Amino acid sequence: MSDILVSEQSAPGADGSGRPSGRLLEVDDLRVEFRTRDGVAKVINGVTYHVDAGETLAVLGESGSGKSVTAQTIMGILDTPPGFVTGGQVRFHGKDMLTMSPEQRRRIRGEGIAMIFQDSLSALNPVFTVGFQIAEQFRIRRGMSRSDAKKRAIEMLDQVKIPNAKGRFSNYPHQFSGGMRQRAMIAMSLALDPEVLIADEPTTALDVTVQAQIMDLLGELQRERQMGMILITHDLGVVADVADRIAVMYAGRIVEEADVYDLYRKPAHPYTLGLLNSIPRMDEKGQELRTIKGLPPNLMNIPPGCAFNPRCPMAQPVCREKVPPLLQLGNGRASACHFAEELVNRD
Amino acid sequence: MGRYLLRRLLQLVPVFIGTTFLIYWLVWSVPGDPFAGKCGDRGCPPNYRAMMTEKYNLDESIWVQYASYMKNLLQGDFGITFGGREISDIIATSYPNTLKLAVVALAIEAVIGLGAGILTGLRRNGFLDNLVLVSTLFLIALPVFVIGFVLQWLLGVKWGIINPTVSNEMRFSELIVPGFVLGSASMAYIARVARTSIAENRRADYVRTAIAKGLPMRRVVGVHLLRNSLIPVVTLLGTDLGALMGGAIVTEGIFGINGIGRQVLRSIVTKESATVVGIVVVLVLVYLIMNLVVDLLYAALDPRIRYE
Repeated sequence: MSDILVSEQSAPGADGSGRPSGRLLEVDDLRVEFRTRDGVAKVINGVTYHVDAGETLAVLGESGSGKSVTAQTIMGILDTPPGFVTGGQVRFHGKDMLTMSPEQRRRIRGEGIAMIFQDSLSALNPVFTVGFQIAEQFRIRRGMSRSDAKKRAIEMLDQVKIPNAKGRFSNYPHQFSGGMRQRAMIAMSLALDPEVLIADEPTTALDVTVQAQIMDLLGELQRERQMGMILITHDLGVVADVADRIAVMYAGRIVEEADVYDLYRKPAHPYTLGLLNSIPRMDEKGQELRTIKGLPPNLMNIPPGCAFNPRCPMAQPVCREKVPPLLQLGNGRASACHFAEELVNRD
Repeated sequence: MGRYLLRRLLQLVPVFIGTTFLIYWLVWSVPGDPFAGKCGDRGCPPNYRAMMTEKYNLDESIWVQYASYMKNLLQGDFGITFGGREISDIIATSYPNTLKLAVVALAIEAVIGLGAGILTGLRRNGFLDNLVLVSTLFLIALPVFVIGFVLQWLLGVKWGIINPTVSNEMRFSELIVPGFVLGSASMAYIARVARTSIAENRRADYVRTAIAKGLPMRRVVGVHLLRNSLIPVVTLLGTDLGALMGGAIVTEGIFGINGIGRQVLRSIVTKESATVVGIVVVLVLVYLIMNLVVDLLYAALDPRIRYE
């Protein structure tokens, strides 16, 4: 038992000292709070995860769990105010980005780490053509001429399988369908060949059939380019096919991290178990859907102990007193539950 | 696009006829003898009366008068004043002055108003922001004649920095203060609209995307943010240009500028009905065309607007 009791600080990828660890991108004990008129909301409370080249990490969680805010902090596009980073590091190739100069950080954006947003209609500038917005990357960041940039942009549109890429170049975002627009968004984010791609709920705004196409495309491009990908989602169905590892977030913390296979087979946190149980199943047709009782906690007033305890079917007195640390369970698994062992070892 | 333009131009016809008839009817229906006081104490000689009555069909109904006036107008004939001067000549001498003043006022509105709006929109709640908010409120609240007379007295009379009135040459340097006075209220509105628009769009998703692409801040603000925020400002500037070109009775009066505004005021006071109608016809036409230009500009700025 004692060999699994490793402190939270030495979760995967972190050695606590900020020394390079050979990881591509690691978030280490990140803390972010939103200072609003009504009070301080602790949105991220010590998030630690990492992603390496060629692997896909899925970050799973409900709205408000802090998964998007973590991504925004990595990209350096957190709205400040109200958001403030109060602790932790975000290391890219071992260097802490939070202490870099704005200019150094800017250079990493797009080229080192790129991001795809959820709602492609509002994320693309409505008054410029899609082609302009892709070619802009080549012109401004690579200093290419207008005609060369256009050629490259059309190539990118082609790569994301937009039919008639040449003709589509001079269309405006509102002239694209939702799926095509998200493809264009992907083309734009991949233009500078980034090492890490953060996809923030890339399929939430799309039809189910289109969702699958976009996920396939993302997976394909990720493998081809050997990128590290962080896939942020609340959709368990989306995750299974694409992700290598899954990190589950709750109330601004990672509550479980595991291999996709392990996590689906045997979740080591009651919250993950609840999520898996709430997937509608064909063989339970007609029955009431299973849900996790209660609501996510108010981030201005997170309950003492384990943040999940008021909703947890397994909660014991200890859960209301002690915050469970993220414990390594071996095999790259980690769980922040006092009863992780019992959960894993049950039949 | 071509069909839209044609439709809009055709729409101008009834508006033009309606407005000009209204003004014609109002001006010529003022009770009283149109010749009263025109020829000194003794009254006008009968042959002059007969000539003018014939020229303007004064013994016919208003419809016939208007129709014959429009017929002449379409042939480029604005008619003559009671004194026998060509009305087109009056418009030709005074309108360029009004245009010059309007252009200066518009430039001041655009440069100062837009500049202040952008700076404060990007940095809200700072010292500059509060300064701009208070000073624009000041400019909006004060009537033009107060600003005009105060500046004329301070700069022109007390400190002697400028000439209190504008000379006949209408040099641009002389027009800066009158232009500022004329454009002051609109400038304040433009600053406020630009400020709100910039502040609103600054947090827009596409601005965040532009930042996430690693574009330099200059480009994020100067290209992505500005282009979107300018749409409401340009509309405001365009409609304002239409209004400015209608002449500025008060400003032209204060600074002694021989513009169209002063001319129309003088014609109303002296009951020069034909001159009033002639000038108003020109102003209506300019205003309608400016409105059309703004609508077209609006679409050029925002591709989501389509003309079908």
